Amino acid sequence: MDPLLRAHTALALLAIDPLLGGLVVRARAGAVRDAVMAAVPPHTRLHPTMGTEALDGSIDASATLSSGTLTQTQGLLSQSGPFVLAMAERAEPYLAARISATLDCQEGHTLIALDEGIEDEALPPALSDRVAFHVDLEGSALSNIAPAPNWPDTVLLGHSPAQAETIDAFVTLAVRLGIVSLRAVGFALRAAQAHAALNGRVEPVSEDISVAVALVFAHRATQLPSQEPPAEEPPQDDLPPPQPDTEDTTSSDSLPQDILLDAVLAALPPDMLAKLGAGTAARSATGSGAGRKKIGNRRGRPLPARDGGNAQGRVDLIATLRAAIPWQTLRKQDAPHRTGPIIRHSDLRRKRYVDMSDRLLIFAVDASGSAAMARMGEAKGAIELLLAEAYARRDHVALVAFRGTGAEVLLEPTRSLVQTKRKLAALPGGGATPLAAGLITAGELARQARRKGLTPTIITLTDGRANMTLDARADRPQAMADAQTVARTLRQDQIEAMVIDTGRRPERSLADIADILGAIYLALPRADARSLSAAVTSALEP
Amino acid sequence: MKQPFPFSAIVGQDDMKRAMVLTAIDPTIGGVLVFGDRGTGKSTAVRALAALLPPIKAVKGCPVNAERATECPDWANITDKQTHEIPTPVIDLPLGASEDRVTGALDIEKALTNGEKAFQPGLLARANRGYLYIDEVNLLEDHIVDLLLDVAQSGQNVVEREGLSIRHAARFVLVGSGNPEEGELRPQLLDRFGLSVDVASPTDIEQRIEVIKRRDAYENEHAAFMVRWQTEDAMLREQIIAARKALKQLDTPEQSLRDVAELCIALGSDGLRGELTLLKAARAYAAFRDDTALTRGHIRDVAALALRHRMRRDPLDDAGSGTRVARIVAETLGT
Repeated sequence: MDPLLRAHTALALLAIDPLLGGLVVRARAGAVRDAVMAAVPPHTRLHPTMGTEALDGSIDASATLSSGTLTQTQGLLSQSGPFVLAMAERAEPYLAARISATLDCQEGHTLIALDEGIEDEALPPALSDRVAFHVDLEGSALSNIAPAPNWPDTVLLGHSPAQAETIDAFVTLAVRLGIVSLRAVGFALRAAQAHAALNGRVEPVSEDISVAVALVFAHRATQLPSQEPPAEEPPQDDLPPPQPDTEDTTSSDSLPQDILLDAVLAALPPDMLAKLGAGTAARSATGSGAGRKKIGNRRGRPLPARDGGNAQGRVDLIATLRAAIPWQTLRKQDAPHRTGPIIRHSDLRRKRYVDMSDRLLIFAVDASGSAAMARMGEAKGAIELLLAEAYARRDHVALVAFRGTGAEVLLEPTRSLVQTKRKLAALPGGGATPLAAGLITAGELARQARRKGLTPTIITLTDGRANMTLDARADRPQAMADAQTVARTLRQDQIEAMVIDTGRRPERSLADIADILGAIYLALPRADARSLSAAVTSALEP
Repeated sequence: MKQPFPFSAIVGQDDMKRAMVLTAIDPTIGGVLVFGDRGTGKSTAVRALAALLPPIKAVKGCPVNAERATECPDWANITDKQTHEIPTPVIDLPLGASEDRVTGALDIEKALTNGEKAFQPGLLARANRGYLYIDEVNLLEDHIVDLLLDVAQSGQNVVEREGLSIRHAARFVLVGSGNPEEGELRPQLLDRFGLSVDVASPTDIEQRIEVIKRRDAYENEHAAFMVRWQTEDAMLREQIIAARKALKQLDTPEQSLRDVAELCIALGSDGLRGELTLLKAARAYAAFRDDTALTRGHIRDVAALALRHRMRRDPLDDAGSGTRVARIVAETLGT
């Protein structure tokens, strides 16, 4: 099925059964997307930056003040009809949670999310799990544009319970495609039912079921199933078959698994294999709590209050009164019967705060013997230059050294340059290279810092010849494996990192670790301190 | 609105269901944290819980659901001392709720229109004597977390702002759910949850099919389905009420205290809160099972729930702390 036709089918199914949740349209703005949007019924448009007041409604301050009685504004989420979320890939966790809650109420709301994401940008998973359909229009050209097919105007949605074998087939297929969430199967059942209704049938037939799996399962697949379904594997001789009737799920005549599977495969984008797993591996650092710097209206250092009646945020009473006072005499003349200050909409002042999230540079320095004391001096010099830079930007700095059998925090996060320099100068060298231990210690420091609202970056300076395992044994392969495992946990926690290779020759295994960390790798076979510092600075700049 | 999916009709997820029933029996256990994949029935279970809980008696019109008129806060100006039965409150704390909405704040509407200084109670007031549910708890903003930590600890909400000086009772069972992929929870908040549960999608195909079948019946044969499962829910509710009574008479032998302490030492759990929670949870579980005395078996069955999230994190442990607890429980208490 052509992507555009899939989008139109999805929209038609949504109109029949709103409990399907919605549709994600992944495409840039353009004629193809407009062709899909033309088929969307009258809707409410949402924007990713909308706050609580716009979504849930609040006191209408100006109407309340002028009438003297409480007037509430209607929140957008209380509107009926589909919501269209533009730039859905930018949706904040709060917005996603709020829309999820509205969809969960099952009061006939659907969501059309317009995802303009590039590469791994995408709709928050909490939302994409709650909508049944996903159409990628990226490959569609102008020539593909076709009007929506003529569906019948009124359709009657059957409410018969699904057949047991349909449920069996869907569940088995979902497992084979590696779809974990159970919502998917529920959506597929609904989609089949709705597609049957669309074609004037009461009970879904195999065509409806194929369309349903193509629309609901294809984009959720996380693995391609092996050609042989697991139930058909030859039973092992020494074990009795766990359940005698497992054969039934695959030998069901009306719904051969392979036909369903083909339906899904036909709907898969060609570069599916490359994308598999990318969704979880390359997560961007959103939703992790601390940001860099934001002007908000809830916390942080107070800024001067701002006028603006419809902005979100708390009313600054003092500033509001102050703004209203000069006008009181004039206004009293207009309304002689009123007592107390007369406050108009234009007087309202809102509180604003600026919330700075400081950066923390954690230097994890390899002080082992192999790091060749010759390079040590250069590394120290580079750090000192970076420190000067950090001072100018008021960054925090912490120092972790690893050598021998473990790592230690030489300096807790601080802004004191003098202290840092002194510690650095006194940094002893020699012993083995416990890279994993160093990364663990630096990671702990980074997590602590993040909880305090800092934005940590780990800068590892090492020659990468890890030869000390976590349990303090000299075992080179195991030491490297340990380091990679730790790197993976750091990546999971989305801690920014940078790896600087101080070895005489670039070390292949260190580049691998940088890769696992998602870190920038700088090999400096013949670099002086100043160029190292310049490289680091330019890499850190956003 | 449609009635929520019945609690007893949730397939599998025994740990989650058990943890929630235990907090219903003894609210002082202190809340449940449910972490797991999407689409595993976390939200369904919490919403179903509301229908399961026995009603409470509260003063009419009291903003904090006080049981007796003497416990109503002064600022509420309650004159009517009548009480009525209300369902146990289960309050949603949406992400991004402002501090004002959580703690309550100056009623701006009254202040501006009547020039009156009045307090508008927040979500914490409404959740008193009930449940406070936070979906995606790991995405909650830090300043709201700080606020909750304080209130959950003291059982009292103190508002000192905009010239108001208000305090009121805020004792609630904190229920949080989230997906660990989207962020970790601060250890301090983690510790405030009495019990923690990891949920995963059922891997058994038969079980998955049963989930879908029940969901399908809930949607397409709603009336018949609800009649069938509401009877089960009612039985469970009776069991909870009976267990609350039985809890008072439950015998706690010296040996059980020793077992709990040994277990916590072996696991190296931080602080004494783990021991207290484990003891309370085990007692509630014994009462639920209608046993007269606490035994090793009860402790063994709830140890993972109460202790899993209190152990120091091992960055190289792929298996998850649940298996570690299970191993150490087997070593300490035998199987």
